[in-house]
Amino acid sequence: MIELRGITKAWPGGAGVQALDLSVPEGECCALIGPSGCGKTTTLRLVNRLVEPDAGSIRITGQDALAQDPVQLRRGIGYVIQEGGLFPHRRVGANVAVVPALLGWDAARTRARVEEVLALVGLDPAQYRDRWPHQLSGGERQRVGVARALAADPPVLLLDEPFGAVDPLRRAQLQQEVLALLKRLRKTVLLVTHDVQEAVLLGDSLALMRAGRLVQHAAPAEMLARPADGFVADFLGADRALTRLGLFRISDVPREAASVPGEALPEATTLRDALSAMLERGVTALPVAEGGSLTLEAVLASR
Amino acid sequence: MRWTWRNLDSIGAALGEHVLLVGAALLLAAAVALPLGVLAARRPVLRAAAMGGSAVLYSVPTLALFALLVPLLGLGFRAALLALASYAMPVLLRAVVTGLEGVAPAVRDAADGMGLTPRQKLWQVELPLALPSMLAGLRVAVATLVSAATVAAYIGGGGLGVLILTGLDQGHTEKILVGATLVCALALAADTALRRMQRA
Amino acid sequence: MIGWLRDHPDVFLEALGQHLALSAAGLLAGVALALPAALLLARRPVLAGWVSGGAGVLRTLPSLAVLAALLPLLGVGFTPSVVALALLALPPVLLHALVGLQGAEPAAVEAARGMGFTPLQSLLRVELPLALPQVFAGLRTAAVQVVSGAALATFIGGGGLGDLVTQGMALLDTAQLLAGGSAIALLALGTEAGFGWLQRRWERA
Repeated sequence: MIELRGITKAWPGGAGVQALDLSVPEGECCALIGPSGCGKTTTLRLVNRLVEPDAGSIRITGQDALAQDPVQLRRGIGYVIQEGGLFPHRRVGANVAVVPALLGWDAARTRARVEEVLALVGLDPAQYRDRWPHQLSGGERQRVGVARALAADPPVLLLDEPFGAVDPLRRAQLQQEVLALLKRLRKTVLLVTHDVQEAVLLGDSLALMRAGRLVQHAAPAEMLARPADGFVADFLGADRALTRLGLFRISDVPREAASVPGEALPEATTLRDALSAMLERGVTALPVAEGGSLTLEAVLASR
Repeated sequence: MRWTWRNLDSIGAALGEHVLLVGAALLLAAAVALPLGVLAARRPVLRAAAMGGSAVLYSVPTLALFALLVPLLGLGFRAALLALASYAMPVLLRAVVTGLEGVAPAVRDAADGMGLTPRQKLWQVELPLALPSMLAGLRVAVATLVSAATVAAYIGGGGLGVLILTGLDQGHTEKILVGATLVCALALAADTALRRMQRA
Repeated sequence: MIGWLRDHPDVFLEALGQHLALSAAGLLAGVALALPAALLLARRPVLAGWVSGGAGVLRTLPSLAVLAALLPLLGVGFTPSVVALALLALPPVLLHALVGLQGAEPAAVEAARGMGFTPLQSLLRVELPLALPQVFAGLRTAAVQVVSGAALATFIGGGGLGDLVTQGMALLDTAQLLAGGSAIALLALGTEAGFGWLQRRWERA
């Protein structure tokens, strides 16, 4: 897990981070959100000590991060940035092998691991290992960036706007894949994003910052339902109620036993999509493929 | 062409001297420019001083530089070598600094974030990525040196310039043309070789 | 050095005058060749490629070799020196002008054609003005090279400040040597700075 206690970092002439307490339980993903300049990226970079705090303590998987050698510390933390930050003079395989090489793994073990993580992020090793970064699309570069961060199997990952440079059509798919991967590998993740939808999708919790301070830290459904103040509500957007419905599925709410006419929706459909279908069809109840029907009242009651 | 056939060995020696002068000056200049450039790329004050000083030094015409250095260094091969090295150093320094500065911030950030030490970052990431800029600088430096080394004959540096200058003195057309042709051929050959290296 | 200048103002001023005359004549001749050539080549990309290659080769050749190689053809003195200096000025101006002309904003060229400019009118009234910053940058490089190269004219009897250096060396007169060396260096740096200043002023205007 990641634990920040009383972390303070002052920048000359700008809002740094002030007395920040934040903890991310093991295996969970915390999404740091907030307007630009709020200190979210600084917070992320404090964790792997690319930024040194003025005060406070940082514990990672129980160990005092400030007591360790920063270079050794970073080798044990996966780091993914926008565009991947791939080394343009090294092939994909060599990029993924950077941290194993730093850790002194032998060639056979490194090679096997490179193939393994490339496959994990959905890239055929045989096809991609020997390509140059400039031969990849934005999405492929990002996948390699994730593979590189996973190479030495670190328990903690830091993701800084990891999908910012991926075109919107591919972004949704990549987000879903990465989400599934991180859950499967049970990584503890700190994610910085400016995109509320992305934060809600990937985060087990949202941490909203403003001017270097943590304003609210809560599960997405909780924050969307009960924003701490007007600033949080504004930041989450006027459509926050709709965003929140996207977190629930038909299977999460009570249904009527009786069926209604019309094309049935599977119960894995989100309430957001179900509400949209009701609006589109001009009805207050929808048949569910697995049996019964979903009413508008049930959707409204989920608030 | 009678003179040429009779003096093939001394012409060859002049060519050898010229190459030696250029090569030694290049090594000397690189030995200063590389560490200085690495330091300057990280320190804004040193960078400003180094880049400003280089621009001035490089703009000083060859003959003027030699004239100003003769009272300090005297005449001969060693003096010519030092003068030539001080002429090539600014070019290489500039290339090292601009090359290092051209490395994308995201790449540096990734290198730090993955736990490369500053030294590993320099050797494994920054210098390889600065290589194209350094090769371009090397090409300019070599062209500058082959040219300046011709004038270095005037302060006793030897080389092909000796054929040109003594030829001019003696009104010996063949000698002048042999010297001029060889030095032009040398300049073009070096430039072509380095251009190939740049493409590779 | 200051003493030498005080004792020989006439020698110094004559050398300086010759140096400036050589440089100005060489630069003007070079520009007079390079600019029309660039205009003629602007619409002939294949030929322009060949000529650029040639200019690149010319730029690589050592100045002293160019100067010396002209001697058997043109003899010694002022004129061959000017010819050699023109050859030094030619490549930078030509190459920069070609880059500028070929890089002219395609939308502006298209607009000019659309408004009914003939190709010649478009070249002279649209592309050339757009290429002027590049041309000026080439001019600056050429001027510095010509002022530097003019110092070598002394070796083929062209005169100039190089004479002070060669005489200083011959007579082992350090003061004269330093006076010549400093004057050439300052003139080159002044040319670089002066053209740079003009360039910035003019770009702002």
